[in-house]
Amino acid sequence: MSLPRFGPHDPGPDFAALLRLTSTGPEVGALGAAAQHPHAPPEIPHGTTCVAVRYDSGVVLAGDRRATAGHLISNHRIEKVFPADRHSGVAIAGAAGPSTEMVRLFQLQLEHYEKVEGTPISLEGKANQLGQMVRANLPSAMQGLVVVPIFAGFDTAASRGRIFEYDVTGGRYEERDHAATGSGSLHADTVVKLGFRPSMARAAAVDLVLDALYVASDADSATGGPDPVRDVFPVVAVIDADGYVRLDDAELRRRTERLLRRHRSRREGDKGDAS
Amino acid sequence: MTMPFYAPPEQMMKDKADYAQKGIARGRSLVAFRYDGGIAIVAENTSSTLRKVSEIYDRIAFAGVGRYNEFDQLRIAGVRHADLKGFAFSREDVDARSLANAYAQSLGQVFTHEFKPMEVEILVAEIGLDADGRGDQLFHILYDGTVVDEDDWVVLGGETEEISERFAEALPDAPRSLADGVRAAVAALAGPDRTLTAESLEAAVLDRGNDRRAFRRLGDDEVATILTG
Repeated sequence: MSLPRFGPHDPGPDFAALLRLTSTGPEVGALGAAAQHPHAPPEIPHGTTCVAVRYDSGVVLAGDRRATAGHLISNHRIEKVFPADRHSGVAIAGAAGPSTEMVRLFQLQLEHYEKVEGTPISLEGKANQLGQMVRANLPSAMQGLVVVPIFAGFDTAASRGRIFEYDVTGGRYEERDHAATGSGSLHADTVVKLGFRPSMARAAAVDLVLDALYVASDADSATGGPDPVRDVFPVVAVIDADGYVRLDDAELRRRTERLLRRHRSRREGDKGDAS
Repeated sequence: MTMPFYAPPEQMMKDKADYAQKGIARGRSLVAFRYDGGIAIVAENTSSTLRKVSEIYDRIAFAGVGRYNEFDQLRIAGVRHADLKGFAFSREDVDARSLANAYAQSLGQVFTHEFKPMEVEILVAEIGLDADGRGDQLFHILYDGTVVDEDDWVVLGGETEEISERFAEALPDAPRSLADGVRAAVAALAGPDRTLTAESLEAAVLDRGNDRRAFRRLGDDEVATILTG
């Protein structure tokens, strides 16, 4: 591998453009070309529900752990929430392969820019970059390989958490308080909407997203609930001024157990009322 | 009919080398050394925005002396090389040795084939995965593509002999702390007749204690604290 130098077609700090100029990387948009085939692959793994909630000093980003291929569960512990860089994260619902590839490229795009330019991209700029990647995936999306992310981060310039939603065309919409994506998003978003309070504390926001994913898993077969037998809990990340932190399983187990107790005692309470 | 001038190849190469060395000697020097927590690079640099030392990859740093535009071009090429390789293969497949070779080939190519050689000297530093620093590497690459694999410390730039002499004397034996190393480096860069303040220095470390991205710049405050301490 010799040093890449370009002259007039210099890609600048844009890694995706650099990748297009060199033949070393995989063909960008190759999946799109494959998807032009009249029969898109019928049963490829899909990841599902992700939610984001803003709290008083940042954002919480969470996703369940199930991947489905058609009617089968193809993975019990897939991860859909990733750090994008130090102060932002991305959660992705949709076709698992293109999703994880998009995240990998997005992470590198941000880091590459930061190293070449010597300064990180603004949060707004990162959100736009992700929008461009989603838009580039549109041909694949039309063939069923949909990728719909949520981007959330701590805006160091404005000192607050911010959340961005996308549609398959790359449309980018900033949400003030919360967002959800994926097949269980309708249920998850309802739970978040009912439970949301402005300037929530971190702990309350974490409990809220766990509840939202639990309720979504109850109604949507493609969303996985917490699994204390296999020790599988949703991936929950908290992003504040100190950066992206993924919560460890011990904390998630504790909170999940409390959540389940709460649901159980509510049911027992109902029974008591009926008799 | 025009007669081509004849210049013996030895003379041409010597002229080019002299030209490059003169250009490099005009700039300020830098010092890199190993310390107990990683590798530190200390450069004399009055600008707080135009960097001589920067991050290439998770455990790899770059430093250059000489013409800014030339070594900055090399820096960007290095970031691209590393990021492309890491994307195509895996992050752990990116290493300083392969990058140093790519730089050496590029500089050697320019030196022999182009009219003007690059007036730069660069350093590619990598910290190893072992906690005791056995895997640490310092590659010193010259304007003509010569690669020197340095063991413990290195000086880049003009007046390297004087600075090396002073640094060898002032630097405590390994394992040394970061603060001791930085003080020795600054004293060596300054020489007997000058004192350098934190504002005229640029310092960065590859810190084994950091997470994935080991590169960290030392702020002026931090350097000033070390120098007074």
